[in-house]
Amino acid sequence: MNAIEPSTKAQGAFALYGVELASRLLLGTAQYPSPHVLARAVEASGARLVTVSLRREQARGRTGERFLELIAALNVRVLPNTAGCRTVKEAVTTAQMAREVFGTDWVKLEVIANDDTLQPEVFGLVEAAGLLTKDGFKVLPYTTEDLSVAERLLAAGCEVLMPWGAPIGSGRGLANAYALKSLRAYFPQVPLIIDAGIGAPSHAAEAMEMGYDGVLLNTAVAKAGDPVRMAGAFAKAIEAGRAAFESGLIGMRDMAEPSTPVAGTPFFDLGAPSGHRGDE
Amino acid sequence: MDQTSLARTIIVNGDSVATRAGTLAELLAELGHAGRRVATARNGDFVPERARTATPLERGDRIEIVSPRHGG
Repeated sequence: MNAIEPSTKAQGAFALYGVELASRLLLGTAQYPSPHVLARAVEASGARLVTVSLRREQARGRTGERFLELIAALNVRVLPNTAGCRTVKEAVTTAQMAREVFGTDWVKLEVIANDDTLQPEVFGLVEAAGLLTKDGFKVLPYTTEDLSVAERLLAAGCEVLMPWGAPIGSGRGLANAYALKSLRAYFPQVPLIIDAGIGAPSHAAEAMEMGYDGVLLNTAVAKAGDPVRMAGAFAKAIEAGRAAFESGLIGMRDMAEPSTPVAGTPFFDLGAPSGHRGDE
Repeated sequence: MDQTSLARTIIVNGDSVATRAGTLAELLAELGHAGRRVATARNGDFVPERARTATPLERGDRIEIVSPRHGG
């Protein structure tokens, strides 16, 4: 086990499962006002990896084919999810179906515990991650900030972890920043991506300043007044946050410290103005 | 026609469907999915494309037919 200590990792490149990605922003493709806006938002975000899903197709339906054409035109890598799955079996079967249809062995593994919080069902998540890894999948698990669960997921074969910032779609940002910092410090070499709960670019920047390797978001862009412009705003925030982390942020202090040099201050020898001086 | 070609009731994507299809591949053709980018499961288990012609349908089978969609 690693000791908890501040991370000093500073690497320019961002790679998941040995694949280098030019952007640390991972974008969801759901809930956009139109396919056109989705396409432009993905472009504006600079994202090289976008999440997709599988849903039931009606008889003689062509919805899936049209969506595939749209995604193919974006020239990005896809990350199929297992959204909505509540059991290990559902998640494993969904992942297997996704691998065939999308032609990728990457999967954003979700096993959902509760309809209100959409929080990960971590016991099933660990089990499904092990089964899928043995079946050749590259698993990116949507998990909580729990350290012990993270260790189990790594032991199960996951090479990336995606802890939540806050419940999916809630826009609350990093609800447990302390625990997320601990997770970052505890696994300095594991790619960590904040997945879910991001509402504003400042939330994404905060995650990146902490040293997280990337941010996966959807609703905050898709439901924005101007999704395309918001996608660009997130791209800048994530880039700024990463640059800040790599540059080494200063620590916080309790008291003020002058930034302008004290030596040579005019009138310095006269002491404080009367009335502000202590009793003589 | 022999007994196996008689209509049987199965569940397709949660809905009850009467079909004469004897295999999963025949069902997909019947529903207009032949040659399309769909994935399938039978009774909760993934059925790869190559196994569909050899996957028989039985009364009460639960079939899932899914295709790509938006996702988060």
